[in-house]
Amino acid sequence: METLNYRFEQGTHRLTAPPEVVGVVGSGNLEVLIEPAELNGACTIEITTAAVGFGAIWQAVVSDFHARWQLADTRISINDMGATPAVVSLRLDQAVETMLGEAS
Amino acid sequence: MSRPVSYQEATARERLQHLFNPGSFEEFIPPSARVTSPHLAQLNAPVAFDDGVAIGHALLGGVPVYVAAQEGAFMGGAVGEVHGAKLVGLLRKAIADKVAVVLLVESGGVRLHEANAGLIAVSEVMRALLDARDTGVPVIALVGGANGAFGGMGIVTRCANVVIMSEEGRLAMSGPEVIETANGVEEFDSRDRALVWRTSGGKHRYLLGDCQRIVADDVMAFRQAAQEALAAFANQPTALTLEALEAEQKMLEARLQNYGTLHDPVDIWEAMQVPDAANVPMLDVDSFIAAAASHRQGA
Repeated sequence: METLNYRFEQGTHRLTAPPEVVGVVGSGNLEVLIEPAELNGACTIEITTAAVGFGAIWQAVVSDFHARWQLADTRISINDMGATPAVVSLRLDQAVETMLGEAS
Repeated sequence: MSRPVSYQEATARERLQHLFNPGSFEEFIPPSARVTSPHLAQLNAPVAFDDGVAIGHALLGGVPVYVAAQEGAFMGGAVGEVHGAKLVGLLRKAIADKVAVVLLVESGGVRLHEANAGLIAVSEVMRALLDARDTGVPVIALVGGANGAFGGMGIVTRCANVVIMSEEGRLAMSGPEVIETANGVEEFDSRDRALVWRTSGGKHRYLLGDCQRIVADDVMAFRQAAQEALAAFANQPTALTLEALEAEQKMLEARLQNYGTLHDPVDIWEAMQVPDAANVPMLDVDSFIAAAASHRQGA
């Protein structure tokens, strides 16, 4: 297992809904827990993953995610079981959209 | 008309959304509480924020119920210490508040990573379930997930007042791979999917009297059956009685005596005089219920 932490400052998009979890911790899948938190305007992402040594790819995926949503005061926590980068991106977007009440 | 939602393909949380009144599910110990398995962490294995089970209260057709939904995709729905403690806590709260319980079972049984803690957890779930029944709280078990209900959770399921299954759901003690490993492929070929479903699937369980309702693989069908089962228990006794246990024992003795030497469920269905027994797996659920009507046991 490997734990990775990312923090993005000065987001503009605040979420106010209660915490949500999307996805499940199954093979090639992950769960994303998203919750509002007082973080001085930052968005933090903590990833616990079974696939060790993919920090550079996670960095790229979560940076793209932050560029899309610019979240502020949001804590995201991930339990990953070897999801591919595309699945991670989709789950992250699903988490935000569920919070916004936009997911079907 | 909305599109049918497959119960088998839905996640535990999707089932909770679709089975109960929209927005009525309120979770106890939600994922944000992060009560995860200490054992998996010690083994350097992935954890889930809900330890593979969501518990809470909800409205089933407007009636308050306590509910637990096991997530089969996380370690096959296996019961660890935290997972089991959540089930026990839910059942004990149901006893205190006198509220019916709906269990959405999908589990291979004890989580072997957690060894004795998992075994103890499952036995505590059984005890809590029987305590609930004893105090007048009905327990309804739904089995329709891809992982079925096996091992300790198979036993827990059979301790419930009512078991509702789909043909796709499976209910048994030992899973197919376990039987093959222990007794050889000649005894049971775990890769023969038709054989596996004939043996542990909903139709066989319904004919043998191990489940009381069989429904299509559709969340709305499960919802309807669960609502009817719940309504049928209004002011009815729920406790397990000595008479019921003795009747069960007789049924099992008769099953062993009548069918113990038969090798395939089709042989059993023929012995039960189910019409066109070989074709039973091909029947849709309504035709099957009609064909089974005067032949199934425990009806």
